[in-house]
Amino acid sequence: MSDTWLIIIAGAVLTYLTRAGGHLVLSRFDRIHPRVERALNAVPAAVLTTLVAPATLSAGPAELIALLVAGLLSLRFGLLTMFLGGVAVLIALRQVMG
Amino acid sequence: MAVALAMTIEAPVNKAYATATEAFVAGVRVCAPIIIAVLPFALLFGAVAVQSGLSVWQATIMSASIYGGASQLVGLELFGQRISPWLVVSAILAVNFRHVLYSAAFGRLVPHWTAWQKAIGFFVLTDPQFAESEREHDKGRPLSFAWYMGLGFVLWGFWVIGSFAGAYFGRLLPDTHSTGIDFLLPIYFLGLLMAFRKRAMFMPVVAASAVASMAAYHFVGSPWHVSLGALAGVVVAALLPPRKVSA
Repeated sequence: MSDTWLIIIAGAVLTYLTRAGGHLVLSRFDRIHPRVERALNAVPAAVLTTLVAPATLSAGPAELIALLVAGLLSLRFGLLTMFLGGVAVLIALRQVMG
Repeated sequence: MAVALAMTIEAPVNKAYATATEAFVAGVRVCAPIIIAVLPFALLFGAVAVQSGLSVWQATIMSASIYGGASQLVGLELFGQRISPWLVVSAILAVNFRHVLYSAAFGRLVPHWTAWQKAIGFFVLTDPQFAESEREHDKGRPLSFAWYMGLGFVLWGFWVIGSFAGAYFGRLLPDTHSTGIDFLLPIYFLGLLMAFRKRAMFMPVVAASAVASMAAYHFVGSPWHVSLGALAGVVVAALLPPRKVSA
């Protein structure tokens, strides 16, 4: 079982390095190029998209409709309303569609 | 410059917090929807971990030290198979590599933090932590360390306790399909994504990342679709000419 501890410790150290590393590298530069600035501004949307889009590939109608309803709700309401609305639609549709 | 200008124009004016306590409480308040979305995965992780042969303590310490849900679940998937420990570690690193981008973007929000505050802050820089921090920054407030830790410490606590509970009561977990647990995270991440829809170049970035991540998911395989998809969106943002600010 020492392999398990090795994996946990190495995984934790490397994960921390990814979380500190981007900043440590970037902070060595005095000025940030406008293109880099724009690229960094795009990071949240770019990464979050990769966490949503592939899930639609294996999704059925219930999941796709739930995402659509949640997306529409997010145009008018806050995150919690949008999230609970989407989950409610998902659970209801899965009961009906099986 | 144009991008920074657009952001300051669109950001509603908000007063900074009067005290650290007020900021901490405001940070804790942000947690509610995140906990609802994330807690089932903490329980799920704990339950799967014990089934994969980890002890309750190993599962709990893995959650407390790595603190990255997707990477922990990918790691467990490989624990069960007889492969080299270094391949398992590489898979965990591949899933978590997106944090390099978070770190670089996040560092710009906290030039006023001390080195220690940054060192502690990076430890809890997860997907929701990063997204909520950028959202808080877009509201026009300097990112407060107390606010950040109010959010970060409570989320971390729920993640660790949830993992422990999942490992301890592993067999009691309900059917994940009928309760919708397996699809909570995509819905939650969509909500976070939509919060950034007013930023410059939102649509081109989303389109590029969506196409690239789905193609990478199909042709290269998980977990590389995250890094490759994110890279596509970020490169598009860097290459497109800056948009003029419209009133």
